[in-house]
Amino acid sequence: MAYSINRTNRFQFSLTGVLDMARKIMKKKDMAISLVVLVIIIILTLFAHVISPYDPNAINLSNINLGPCSAHWLGTDYLGRDILSRILAGASVSLSISACVVTISLLFGVTIGCAIGYYGGILDDTISRVIDIFMAFPSMIFALAIMGAFGPSVINLIIALVMVQWTAYARVIRGQVLSIKEKEFIASVRTIGASDIQIFIRHILPNSIAPVIVMATIDIGHVILSIAALNFLGIGLPANIPEWGGMISSGKEFFTTAPFIIIFPGLAITLVVIIFSILGDGMRDILNPVDEGGEL
Amino acid sequence: MYMYIMKRLGFMILAIFVVSAMAFFLMNMVPGSTPVMILKYTVLGLENSATPNQIAQISSRYNLNDPLYVQYITWLKNALLHGNIGTSYIYNEPVSYLIALRLPATILLAVTSMSIAILIGIPLGIYAALKENRISDTILRFVTLFGVSMPSFWVALILLLIFAVDLKLVPVVGYGQVDNIILPSITLAIPYMAIIIRVTRTSMLETLGNEYIRFSIAKGLSKYRIIFVHALKNAMLPIITVLGFQTGNLLGGAMIVETIFDWPGIGNLLVNSIDSHDIPVVQGCILVIAIMFLTVNFIVDILYTYIDPRIRYGG
Repeated sequence: MAYSINRTNRFQFSLTGVLDMARKIMKKKDMAISLVVLVIIIILTLFAHVISPYDPNAINLSNINLGPCSAHWLGTDYLGRDILSRILAGASVSLSISACVVTISLLFGVTIGCAIGYYGGILDDTISRVIDIFMAFPSMIFALAIMGAFGPSVINLIIALVMVQWTAYARVIRGQVLSIKEKEFIASVRTIGASDIQIFIRHILPNSIAPVIVMATIDIGHVILSIAALNFLGIGLPANIPEWGGMISSGKEFFTTAPFIIIFPGLAITLVVIIFSILGDGMRDILNPVDEGGEL
Repeated sequence: MYMYIMKRLGFMILAIFVVSAMAFFLMNMVPGSTPVMILKYTVLGLENSATPNQIAQISSRYNLNDPLYVQYITWLKNALLHGNIGTSYIYNEPVSYLIALRLPATILLAVTSMSIAILIGIPLGIYAALKENRISDTILRFVTLFGVSMPSFWVALILLLIFAVDLKLVPVVGYGQVDNIILPSITLAIPYMAIIIRVTRTSMLETLGNEYIRFSIAKGLSKYRIIFVHALKNAMLPIITVLGFQTGNLLGGAMIVETIFDWPGIGNLLVNSIDSHDIPVVQGCILVIAIMFLTVNFIVDILYTYIDPRIRYGG
């Protein structure tokens, strides 16, 4: 089919598109720095088992609550486990669970949002009400209730967080699809015989995905915060999995005498969340999606 | 407008029903039988030695032998007809009493934090807008970035470490004195302050670029009058929207802050009840939190029309 439509907000997965994006990122100093730090963190995470000075779960009761020293750069916790090794191991836990949650929520939310926005009618009315009800509830408390019911495990944590995350994506993409499906170019591709699926994938999605990409980037950080908070309350992950929120929770009993046990994991969380915030904000400027609000 | 309010009220009631049902069925999916759980958390150790007779007694006391949906309908009937939302398995007190006991603490904490966030956030946001792209604006940007990115439980512990343990300015935990509320409310206020600063800044910048502001400057009105009377009034809409949205997060955050500071609020009760599988209390807390959140958003929606007469909802 020989049609081509040019729109400024269109998401392009071509080489020139990627290069263009890279140039724009390099122009924004804070974004470039964040990206470099993120890449370093990901590399450290991938090779955590090689560069970790100690086994993150190795208990050494003769070295408990040790302050930062040459053998243990960030000290040891109440079981004598090396904090640096645990932070490195925790990075892969937090990042991978968060990436999983955001990806699943995004796929689920975008599919539902596209479908209800495009077909409208009773399907839209019903599912929109369900989304309203989901969103009419503080997400943290919803996630807490689900975790409380199912008990701590990686899968349950992912399910609980996806259940509170997907609605926001569905709502945003629905709004986007609603405005785009009325545009003339959609009518024209339909006239030349494009199927619904083709219209979705080739025309509607590339033109409506930008705000969702921005949201997803920022959400990776927010989900890491939620994971940490749930784990801090003791209902996120099983106790043997090293995760930053859990590390802070286990250190809180000794924080008057050994504050470093809680300080470093907290800094790790803050750093990662800030990086994704800056990347998300930067993407918002670059992609210049319709959603321009000052919302964080 | 009237129709719109009725519609919103209808939705609120529907949402509250769904939320209460979800809370009930979710908590009943907990593995292990409820009577055993009740024994475990009321009489320590008894869950292993309990006779079938004792378990049957507990089951019949709380109607646990009925199918789940019957239990839910019974609960709903009691709630609607008698305002009775159940009896705690653990405390053996009416849930409404337990909640009424703790609600003031949560409201006090939420209102104090919100006030701190607004009183500091809006002026700083205006300041950042006036100093756009200058060094103080950039510093504020990083401060707000930290504000929303730090986990609240971590902030709470760090504040405790500095102000309660090292400097001994305030007591570590407690309730009832003025200095007890300082740290919990500051912890809870920090992310909201950051959000308010950012939204105020964006919103003020947009408003300050308008024609009528330039006209006011040309007319020779004083700078303060322009900023605080003309611009701020018009910049309020997005700020109020965000405040409404953030109430949910505030209540969620309160849960964590209350747990750390042992603040006797709803959040603390909820976390403890989830821990001990006290289903009626969990259901009650979730219900109350949902009602608070929905009410705030309802009020925000109505406020819109008063702040911005351009918005009028069709029926």
